[in-house]
Amino acid sequence: MTETVTLTVPSHPKYLYVIRSAVYPLVTDAGFPKKVVRKIVLAVDEACSNIVKYAYGGDTTKTIDVRVTIDDRSFIVEIADSGKKPDVSKIAPRKLDEIRLGGLGTHFMASVFDSVSYDTSRDAGTILTMVKAKP
Amino acid sequence: MKVEIITEKVSVGFLLKLKGDVDMNTSSDVRKSFAEVFKEGSQGMKMLLIDLSQVRYMDSSGIATLVECMQNCMKTGARLRLCDLSPSVKDVFELARLASVFEIFPTAIDALAGF
Repeated sequence: MTETVTLTVPSHPKYLYVIRSAVYPLVTDAGFPKKVVRKIVLAVDEACSNIVKYAYGGDTTKTIDVRVTIDDRSFIVEIADSGKKPDVSKIAPRKLDEIRLGGLGTHFMASVFDSVSYDTSRDAGTILTMVKAKP
Repeated sequence: MKVEIITEKVSVGFLLKLKGDVDMNTSSDVRKSFAEVFKEGSQGMKMLLIDLSQVRYMDSSGIATLVECMQNCMKTGARLRLCDLSPSVKDVFELARLASVFEIFPTAIDALAGF
């Protein structure tokens, strides 16, 4: 059985809490252990923070669409924006052998999810898809 | 969601207790509190201790704020210590592989002991 939950929030950082609050019970119900639930919520939050910062350049008048799909085998999060498209060739989790600020979000996403992909084929914006196999 | 910051003067410097969510929306408030501590008490401050037991959530912006704080402490000659990390904070430290970079203690008493 496949279930889908969608949420659209304004691109203001104060709504990151709303996204986390919505995603947390969905991840829990999917059967992930608590520690993994927290990490999945963190990765989703980081993805949305990156949209606010980079896709929208801090513009809080836009929207972020989050779609969570749970089927028998996978937990899938799709996050869509209508902002500036990233240069996908430059998105890479950075090495953690030095302490510096920024760039951790992409690393968290890649560490937590089995796959992370960016669809920039639409006229505007990007759809980020993150997939994790259910336990 | 807000973050609450309680600042307490201790014998060797300051103890800051953070409560709530430290994310992109609230990390600037934490940064401001750190700046006030440095402005008010950097002279003679030997240690800045941050209690994270009531931090329900922290993301990379919170980590960045702590790293900045550590760098400022180093400039003033003070030690930065963290104590009582909540499970969420432990998770993000583990993912960022920063547990070995900071001085982390189980409790504030442990962090202050013998300093």
